[in-house]
Amino acid sequence: MTAFYILSPIMVLAALGILFVRKAVHGALLLAVVMISLAMLYAALDAPFLFVVQIIVYTGAILMLFLFVLMLVGVDASDSVVETIRGQRLFAILGGLALGVTLVVGVGQISLGTMVGLDVANKDGNIEALANILFSTYVFAFEVTSALLITAAVGAMVLAHRERLTPKPTQAAMAAERVRAYAETGLHLGPLPPPGVFARHNAVDTPALLPDGTAAEASVSRVLAARGTVRSAPRDVDAVQRSIDYDPDGTPVSEASPEGRTGAVNRGPGSSSGPDLSPETPEGGA
Amino acid sequence: MHSVTPFIVLSSILFTIGAVGVLTRRNAIVVFMCVELMLNASNLALVAFAKQHGNLDGQVAAFFVMVVAAAEVVVGLAIIMTIFRSRRSASVDDASLLKY
Repeated sequence: MTAFYILSPIMVLAALGILFVRKAVHGALLLAVVMISLAMLYAALDAPFLFVVQIIVYTGAILMLFLFVLMLVGVDASDSVVETIRGQRLFAILGGLALGVTLVVGVGQISLGTMVGLDVANKDGNIEALANILFSTYVFAFEVTSALLITAAVGAMVLAHRERLTPKPTQAAMAAERVRAYAETGLHLGPLPPPGVFARHNAVDTPALLPDGTAAEASVSRVLAARGTVRSAPRDVDAVQRSIDYDPDGTPVSEASPEGRTGAVNRGPGSSSGPDLSPETPEGGA
Repeated sequence: MHSVTPFIVLSSILFTIGAVGVLTRRNAIVVFMCVELMLNASNLALVAFAKQHGNLDGQVAAFFVMVVAAAEVVVGLAIIMTIFRSRRSASVDDASLLKY
């Protein structure tokens, strides 16, 4: 019962979270919390087989399927808050409250009598007892389930399959297309610039800097740009130079950078240190 | 432990939350997750009643619910993906062609 009192608040909070989070991915993760907690409750209720099946089938297979589909549909597919039917949300919440209160009060009223417990039924092991029932009383339902599963698998394949309507472009055709675009619009023939070139970070979300210091838009993935997670490039070359503590003419500007580098601190006024040969000062400590 | 009533109450609460989620959320995938939550809540009630009555039929029923849920999720998510491909949206409000 300790497990119940620890897990039930977590489950209710996670389930409520599914109602309120904006992003579907967060909802999927909260659902995983609910399902793993449910598995532990099954273990507490003398159902070790269902405990394992809950984790493998629900958390392992079904939730992974949800996450795969979220990946295909787009992680950012968040809900719109516009109501299509006026007052629908209010009525849904009122109806939900009525249902919840009715269920909880109704369950609270009934008396279930003394609990029998599964000690006798699980005497030879839970899995053996379940197998005995499954392959005797429920054997027809079990066989029908196999038909259901194969139908679902075939249905999913048919629905998700996409027929190729145009021939697959060959490498030669793509090269010819590139050259044609170059001849007509002057599009650059070579590959796109990689991100992070000449920039402060060599990360995929940092646009490459052109020689004049402006950001090369084509160097960052379109997906990152659409999500708005691209780091802003420094405004110009001077900003980059200042950020590595040196002006273009090679003099240190340690006052301009509060967290300044050690090389700049060593070379402050009055310092009698020798020539600074640290690698980030290509012009040397003359 | 004298009774499984707390488990049934928790199951009712989870079922209610799932039902409200199905009614209020607009994203088809989140609606689907709320359906899963309702199925899980009913599973909890089945397992709790199995313990109450000392009878494993409830656990077998919960097992079948899991199998059917797996099949349902596979087909449902494939339908959502197909709709997303043709309409570029996973919102349940956008699939309204039958309305007109």
